Amino acid sequence: MRVAELISFTGYQLQEKLLSRELTAQEVVEGLFANIEEVEPIVRAYLLLDREGAVRKAQEVDARLKKGEKLGPLAGIPVAVKDNICTNGLRTTCASRILENFIPPYDAHVIERLKEADAIIIGKTNLDEFAMGSSTENSAFKLTRNPWDPKRIPGGSSGGSAAAVAAGTAFIALGSDTGGSVRQPAALCGVTGLKPTYGRVSRYGLVAFGSSLDQIGTITRDVRDSALLLQIIAGRDSRDSTSADVPLPDYLKELEKPVKGLRLGLPREYFMEGLNDEVRKAVEEAVKVYEGLGLSVKEISLPHTPYAVAVYYIIATAEASSNLARYDGVRYGHRTPGAQNIIEMYSCTRAEGFGREVKRRIMLGTYALSSGYYEAYYLKASKVRNLIRQDFSRAFETVDFILCPTSPTPAFKLGERLANPMEMYLCDIYTIPANLAGIPGISIPCGFTKENLPIGLQLMARHFEEAGLLKVARAYERETEWHLRRPV
Amino acid sequence: MAVIDKKTIEHVALLARLELSEEEKELFVSQLGDILTYIEKLKELDTSKVEPMAYATATTNVFREDVPTPSLKLEEVLKNAPAKFQDFFKVPKVIE
Repeated sequence: MRVAELISFTGYQLQEKLLSRELTAQEVVEGLFANIEEVEPIVRAYLLLDREGAVRKAQEVDARLKKGEKLGPLAGIPVAVKDNICTNGLRTTCASRILENFIPPYDAHVIERLKEADAIIIGKTNLDEFAMGSSTENSAFKLTRNPWDPKRIPGGSSGGSAAAVAAGTAFIALGSDTGGSVRQPAALCGVTGLKPTYGRVSRYGLVAFGSSLDQIGTITRDVRDSALLLQIIAGRDSRDSTSADVPLPDYLKELEKPVKGLRLGLPREYFMEGLNDEVRKAVEEAVKVYEGLGLSVKEISLPHTPYAVAVYYIIATAEASSNLARYDGVRYGHRTPGAQNIIEMYSCTRAEGFGREVKRRIMLGTYALSSGYYEAYYLKASKVRNLIRQDFSRAFETVDFILCPTSPTPAFKLGERLANPMEMYLCDIYTIPANLAGIPGISIPCGFTKENLPIGLQLMARHFEEAGLLKVARAYERETEWHLRRPV
Repeated sequence: MAVIDKKTIEHVALLARLELSEEEKELFVSQLGDILTYIEKLKELDTSKVEPMAYATATTNVFREDVPTPSLKLEEVLKNAPAKFQDFFKVPKVIE
């Protein structure tokens, strides 16, 4: 089989071909690495590739399949993992100098699940340092490029995972989403990105950024693969006490069920100034597809939307400033050489280890929590956060799903927004509210601009309604072919 | 709300145990000032009757039995240490 054909498969298709023995896991891994050798020098999605480990695992899977053993549901399927998810024995850097040589002594919960499912972990993907950013340009190690136009950013912070899935250097991938970091890069790279409900997937082993917002999500080529991967990683884990004890549906079984009669809401605040015209048009066309499928569509209001970014940059930075206090040069990570006392060791270690955006956020978060400002900033933001959540609860009384753009613009050029942090923060204006409210959201491809850049459609649902969300996303995917396009 | 000046930046940097260069201090005076000005818009809202929200889903205390379970081996815990002495992490002198 030609490499070009092999790498075009989805995880679901690979699963069929591996089980029917049409393909061996070793052929899959070798084909994938052949494409990586060709494409990775341009796209630069990976911080680490474990070819040796991948081939070893593939051979093990093939041997067990040959013996007729029953294997896990992802047997022989290569998976790329964002480099803020701990992998036992495989360097995990968060794209930060401070963790440049950190080798975790344990696996994150999601990695344990992937291994139990007999998946093959092929490498660790690039991200904005500690997942702080919307373009992957805040990585301390490399710039990842958008496979649709190498002069543009892939989005962020899971830019490496999204670029790899789009470029055919990964079939399926894991990311993390604190304010849109799975959905926005998926939209900008023309792939599918799912952020599950807060608590649906255990965060054990995900390096913490904003603990009340962080959630591990999937980046795939279609909705069926999102369902396949979510099924593996979702569920209660006692090591993350916020992971929810909520029954787990059979996502693949729910996927093809009818959608007629379901109610969609279009939040008017998501279609106002700042929205690119081509994005608006593509999303409006998607609405027509849904109407054609027999869903009802009405305009709704989420009145506190204009405050979401302000709330987010208080809460996320406050939580980050606390979470990142652990990088002190004592137990792991970088330590400055030659410090004379412990305070100097802390301060210089952190000055050398953190990049500028991380420092900016630690400063903002520390300020917001500092004596005299707590009420004006953190407490105020926590109250407005509640208003944003109430907006969604009210909306979900009259509609089943919310439809809107994922990102106000298509992928922008490398370097274009680096000078002004506020401009970069506004990239996430449509994705942040779902994190604040804790609801699930998915981005699926819904068109291309005249310059051939992908456009993403976002759907949001009630807490723990991933099954319905995937079903509605899948219904659109069946009617359209945007998700089948690949960059050349 | 307070204006961000260099003195504030230095105070916050000390709280955060973050050594900043002169260039960074000046940059953050202006950038944090811009961000906080944007955040001022939250003041438009009357939240006197709104409860603060800490978690997105209905989470109450999660209890479990206090049963000892195996944890990481000492050598694994110390493997990433920048400096160690016997079974301890080694740091510069803390007490004068």
